[in-house]
Amino acid sequence: MPDLGLSVLLKGKNMARLLGGLWVALRISLIAVAISLPLGILLGVLMAGKNRVVKAILRVYLEFIRIMPQMVLLFLGFFGTTRAFGWNISAELAAIIVFTLWGTAEMSDLVRGAIISIPRHQYESSQALGLNKRQTYFYIILPQAARRLIPLSINLITRMIKTTSLVLMIGVVEVLKVAQQIIEANRMTSPNAAFGLYLTVFVLYFLACWPISLLARYLEKKWR
Amino acid sequence: MAVKILAETLLSIRHIAKRFGDNTVLDDLSLDVHKGEVIVVVGPSGCGKSTLLRCINALEPIQAGEILLDGEPIKPDGKNITELRQKVGMVFQSYDLFPHLSVLDNIVLAPRKVQKRAKAEAEAEALTLLERVGLKDKAASYPRELSGGQKQRVAIVRALCMHPEMLLFDEVTAALDPEMVREVLDVILKLATQGRTMLIVTHEMQFARAIADRVIFLDGGNILENTPPEIFFTNPQTERARQFLNMFEFAAVKHHAPAED
Ligand SMILES: Nc1ncnc2c1ncn2[C@@H]1O[C@H](COP(=O)(O)OP(=O)(O)OP(=O)(O)O)[C@@H](O)[C@H]1O
Ligand SMILES: [Mg+2]
Repeated sequence: MPDLGLSVLLKGKNMARLLGGLWVALRISLIAVAISLPLGILLGVLMAGKNRVVKAILRVYLEFIRIMPQMVLLFLGFFGTTRAFGWNISAELAAIIVFTLWGTAEMSDLVRGAIISIPRHQYESSQALGLNKRQTYFYIILPQAARRLIPLSINLITRMIKTTSLVLMIGVVEVLKVAQQIIEANRMTSPNAAFGLYLTVFVLYFLACWPISLLARYLEKKWR
Repeated sequence: MAVKILAETLLSIRHIAKRFGDNTVLDDLSLDVHKGEVIVVVGPSGCGKSTLLRCINALEPIQAGEILLDGEPIKPDGKNITELRQKVGMVFQSYDLFPHLSVLDNIVLAPRKVQKRAKAEAEAEALTLLERVGLKDKAASYPRELSGGQKQRVAIVRALCMHPEMLLFDEVTAALDPEMVREVLDVILKLATQGRTMLIVTHEMQFARAIADRVIFLDGGNILENTPPEIFFTNPQTERARQFLNMFEFAAVKHHAPAED
């Protein structure tokens, strides 16, 4: 059997360090997700609404975030703000802010799509029953949109978790960075450690995202 | 059919005009509906039957004239529009139940949230009404588990549970398989015997004849005929109505013995 370099994991506190790195990545993405989802819902409702000015502004915001590679956003959010405004925020906070901006934009577009996919007669039969606009949204449109949103937003959440691997570029020591450090430190003794460690990182990301996918499938079935 | 003594006017449509851009759909149309009256609206496709019902329920704004219910004007942006809409129940052609709610919740949503009625009371009434249309055992089902005819009966119950003063039906059987049409029409017939005020758009001419106190023939944006069904179906006054009725007649086709080879 080839040496996969897994033995390095058992040395010292290596495994604990990797898990600590994973926690950093998850913390960033989970905080960003927790803020993005409600904010995205709010903006998505506005984007599906009638106010042209609000819609135009949100459209620009969405397109801007979409066009920018996430890496550029991270550089802009961390190094850019330090230079331009003299802000001295930690890399992790910068990452959370950037991921929140990104997640909110993507979420709002998903919400907008889900809302406008609800057929017009759903609004009309609700109004015909005497429900006002707010009640129609609250009891008829949003619950149906939510059901359509579940698989899409779960997909977004896993994408956000995966993309956190980029934050090592602005100096956040997350799981990938820890893996690199361990590989670096053991280059002489176990030259094969790279494969084993990246494999472990792969498994860790998988374990983090898999339950979320399962939950999505469960909810999809339950709410069909 | 017994002649009904005309009760007070419930709905008064006065010289309304409805345009979509340059397309004038309703043009200076007037109509009074009295309490307890059953009016059937017929006319060729695209003549504005649905539009007329939608204007009455303020789902469409009108460009001229006024619509009064109990003497109060109906306007989409009026302050009391939700109160007025509660007085008018509407059932559409497309199955318009809320797919995320059970049958029972579909029915009690508006009574509870709009009329602020108690849950137990609203549900008890919903179940009674469901029983009358033979669907009590479906109370916990979801719309996707029902047939088209069952969905339409639930939609009718949902409208009834709001205690409307008047019911609007827009081709409620048009999307149904033939064997389900009857069960829905029977429910509407029963409502007529209870003295409900109804405005019914339908292409079921036999049904129209049986249920209507008056038949309105709509064409070219206006009412061309406004007569009792006996007259409308046997001796229509306008050429256009005659042509329209002809579409429902079939010339006899001889099947036997081909005349030539
Ligand atoms: N939202 C709309 N925007 C533009 N035009 C419309 C709209 N709704 C209806 N129309 C037009 O108004 C006219 C009347 O339509 P309506 O649906 O009221 O006809 P109808 O009598 O109900 O026909 P059918 O028997 O086919 O249901 C048609 O010419 C239609 O194209
Ligand atoms: Mg129609």
